[in-house]
Formats: sequence, structure tokens, C-alpha cells
Amino acid sequence: MIEFKNVSYETPDNKEIIRDVSFRIDDRFVAITGPNGSGKSTIAKLIAGIYKPSSGKILLDGVDITEDSITDRARAGISFAFQQPVRFKGITVKELISIASGKNISVSEACAYLSEVGLCAKNYVNREVDGSLSGGELKRIEIAMINARGTKLAVFDEPEAGIDLWSFNNLIQVFRSMYERTKGSIVIISHQERILDIADKILVIAGGKISAYGTKNEILPELLNVQAGCRFTKEACE
Amino acid sequence: MMDAIQKTLLEQVAGIHEVPQGAYSLRINGNLYGKNDSENISIVKKEDKPGIDIYVKPGTKNESLHIPVLLSQSGLKEIVYNDFHVGADCDITIVAGCGIHNSGAGESEHSGIHTFYLDAGAKVKYIEKHYGQGDGMGKNVMNPTTVAILGKDSYMEMETAQIKGVDSTRRETSAVLDDGATLIVREKIMTHGEQFAETNFTVDLNGDNCGTHVISRSVAKDRSRQSFLSRINGNNRCSGHTECDAIIMDDACVTALPQIEANHVDASLIHEAAIGKIAGEQLIKLMTLGLSEKEAEEQIINGFLK
Repeated sequence: MIEFKNVSYETPDNKEIIRDVSFRIDDRFVAITGPNGSGKSTIAKLIAGIYKPSSGKILLDGVDITEDSITDRARAGISFAFQQPVRFKGITVKELISIASGKNISVSEACAYLSEVGLCAKNYVNREVDGSLSGGELKRIEIAMINARGTKLAVFDEPEAGIDLWSFNNLIQVFRSMYERTKGSIVIISHQERILDIADKILVIAGGKISAYGTKNEILPELLNVQAGCRFTKEACE
Repeated sequence: MMDAIQKTLLEQVAGIHEVPQGAYSLRINGNLYGKNDSENISIVKKEDKPGIDIYVKPGTKNESLHIPVLLSQSGLKEIVYNDFHVGADCDITIVAGCGIHNSGAGESEHSGIHTFYLDAGAKVKYIEKHYGQGDGMGKNVMNPTTVAILGKDSYMEMETAQIKGVDSTRRETSAVLDDGATLIVREKIMTHGEQFAETNFTVDLNGDNCGTHVISRSVAKDRSRQSFLSRINGNNRCSGHTECDAIIMDDACVTALPQIEANHVDASLIHEAAIGKIAGEQLIKLMTLGLSEKEAEEQIINGFLK
């Protein structure tokens, strides 16, 4: 599916965020985790094409997409859910879901996508995606857009950020059903144990490098044990 | 018969293809092309100057009035005076608008001076669209003036849109509100090329418990220039809000001057003004949904001006 070959990324002011990272994601559900500032979100943005690597290559199904634009990558089958959803004055929820699905969808189709993420659809379809929506509502709409796209790869950047506990329980359910229903691969950047717990594999990033990559059973017990877990993040701690 | 150009203009400014149903007055190239009274709305041609007087009987509900103006003859300049006398407790929609097609070298200009007198409890939705087209070198100029005298507990909602093809516009709007009256203004403007648009609003909140919202959204492209001035004077216990939100692109220039003046201790007035380019994250979000940068920009502007 997606593969990084010796990818490094430096910010415009020459701060190295990702250092010579290589990995390959073939499983249906992979969680990327690690301490704050470890470079998790940068990896998500490198996949979506929002950032371009300073060196190295990114491949999608064996095809080099390193130089492809955000639009090209979206059209090639990559979806990206923002950590902080973007607001748009004047664009309604239905219109945004229509853009995501690539066609003019009916109200009932829009409602179906919204119901999947636990929003009472009729209250939302014609609302503008602006400041009148709460952070939790925007996050769900963001996920509904990814569902509407139905691409082979969906990347979620900390979907739990800014969501209350009640919504969080529903969020886990949303990902479970997405996993069961769709054929695509899901990559989630997350700190949450309960999200890590539903992943097939877990990739641990620390200090801009991969410190562990394996099945949930291999990684999770050690990660949850504070002392042992520090083994993965040692570099960042130092 | 209207020709194809005139029909296109009519559709752009009034959303209709032929002469409308119900009460209407249609002005083409400086002359009254046709008019129709309804049982409750009568239209009387002015004798002393170009224009009409419109009388709406008290209590008239759910009726609409169309008064489009079309100019397809290059170089024509006109000033038209339309006065609307809306009786007590009416609830009506008025659709006005001006479409200019200028295929010549002369400057075409239409200045409509609309004065509204709303009696107690009257409710009016006033929609005005401006549209210009043409393949000549002549400029399309529109300078609308709107005056609203709002009686007790009356309500007026004014929607104005100027999206395309008007080279120069100076809009003057003034309103005086009596006790309990409400005025809502929503203005949408998009300018491109070398166009110039200036809008000036003055609202006098004279009545007890009256209120207004004056909201402008605009997009300025290329080397176009826009100026927005909104003055709200709170002269009694009242509420006033003015908001100007503009997207600036290319080498355009936008000036926003919200001005609020409180002359009464219970006047509550707010102004907001923001000018900026399209947010990068908005473009990126739409590009991650598969749109090109240009398509993303169009979606953002269409939504903003909707």
C-alpha cells in the first residue's frame, strides 16, 4: 500500500523532523503513535502530500508519488482527515460531502454518511461548515467526508483530539464499523490506547525515527508499561 | 418582443425568462416596456420625472413585485426614481435589478433611486441584483441609491448582489428606523479586472428598541478596488451590528470603514471588519478531497458569496 524509503523531512528553517524513515504499510488498520513532537503528524502530512520530503521516496502501491501534488495523491486514492478541521464560510455540510464523494449527492445520501458518524443528519445537512459548529461536530463531519470519498487509503491525524469522552466512545465504534465495512486501509495517528487496541499493527515514532513496528500484541503491552514503554521513546527522552 | 440579449439580462437580474406574473414594471432602454397592477399593488408612472410610484394596500400578504431594468443600447444614461409606499401589516417581496449589455463604445449608466416607506408592522424582502455584460469598450456603470423609512415595528430585509460585469458602482443606502423596526442588509460584491465598487451605508436608529444588521461579503480580484463604509448611529435604546468580510486576491485593494456612533446610553453597537486572502488550509483541505487548486479557490469563493 504505502511505503516510505529513507524519507527525511526538514522544516523551511532547517529543523529536522523526520530522519531517514523507512516502513511499509500493508495491513488494513495501522496506528502510528509516539510522544508529542515525535513527528507523527509530519508523517501523515508527508503521505497526503502537504509536506514534501527533503530526501527519500514515497510509494503508493509501488508507484513513486514523491513529487505528486496533494490533488494528484487525493485522486490516486489517499484521503486525509485533519487534526484541526477547517471551517468554510458559506459551504454547507452537504456540499462538502458532495465535493468529497466527487459527485452531487442527494440529501438522503448525505444523511447516510452523517448518521454513520453519529450526527442527527437532518439537523446538519444544510448547515454551514463555519464557526457555528463545535469542534466535536467538525471532527465527525471530517470523518464523514473520508467515508464519502471511499478511497483505498485513509489517514486520520489524531481523530480523538478535541473530542469529549462521550463522543470518543462513539468514535471507536465509527472506526470499528469503517474497518468492517470498507476494503481500504486505515492509518490513524493516535495517542489513545483504545484506538491502538483496535489496530492490526502499531508503528511507534520517537525523535523523528521509527522505534518499533509490529503487531498490536507485540507492541501494546510494552508500550503501556511505562518503564518498558520508555524503551521505544528513549531517544526522545534523552 | 424582447430579444435574446434582453432575455438573458432579465434572467440574470430577476431569475425569470418572460414578463413576470403578478405585479411588475419592466423598463427597457430608458422606456417603460410594460407594467401590470395586481389587486393589491398598483404602479403609477411619475409625471414629473422618470420612474414609478408603487402603492401596496395595507394587509397585503405573500405577494411579490418585480421591477427589473434592462439596458442593451450602448451609451444610454438614465436616472430613475421609484417610490414604494407599503401599507401597514403587509408581507411582500420586491425583486429589483439592473442588467446592462454594452456592446458599443459609449458608457452605459443606470442610477436607480429607490425610496421605501414602510407603514407600521409592514414586512418587506427586497432583492436587488446587478449584472453587466458586453463585448464593446464601453463601461457599465450603476449607481443605486436606496432610502428606507421604516415605521413602527416594520421589518425590511435587503439583499443586494453584484457579481459580474459592472465596471463602476457607487451604492448609497440610508435608513431611518422608528420604534421596534428592524433592518437587515446583506450585500455581496465581486469585482475583477479594473472595476471599482464603493458602498456607503448610513443607518439612523432613532426608535426605541429598533435594530439593524449590515453585513457585507466581498471578493476583490485582479486590480479591482472596493470601498465599504458603514455608519450606524444609535440615537435611542437600540442594537446595531455591522460586519464586513472581504477576500482579497491578486493586486486588488479593499478598504473597510465601519463606523458606529452611540448617542444614547442604551445603544448597543458592534462593528467587525476582516480582510484577508483565502486561507491556505482551506485550499489544502479541498485539494485533499481531489480538487485542483483553481477548483478549490472557485468553491471557496462561491460559498463565501452565496
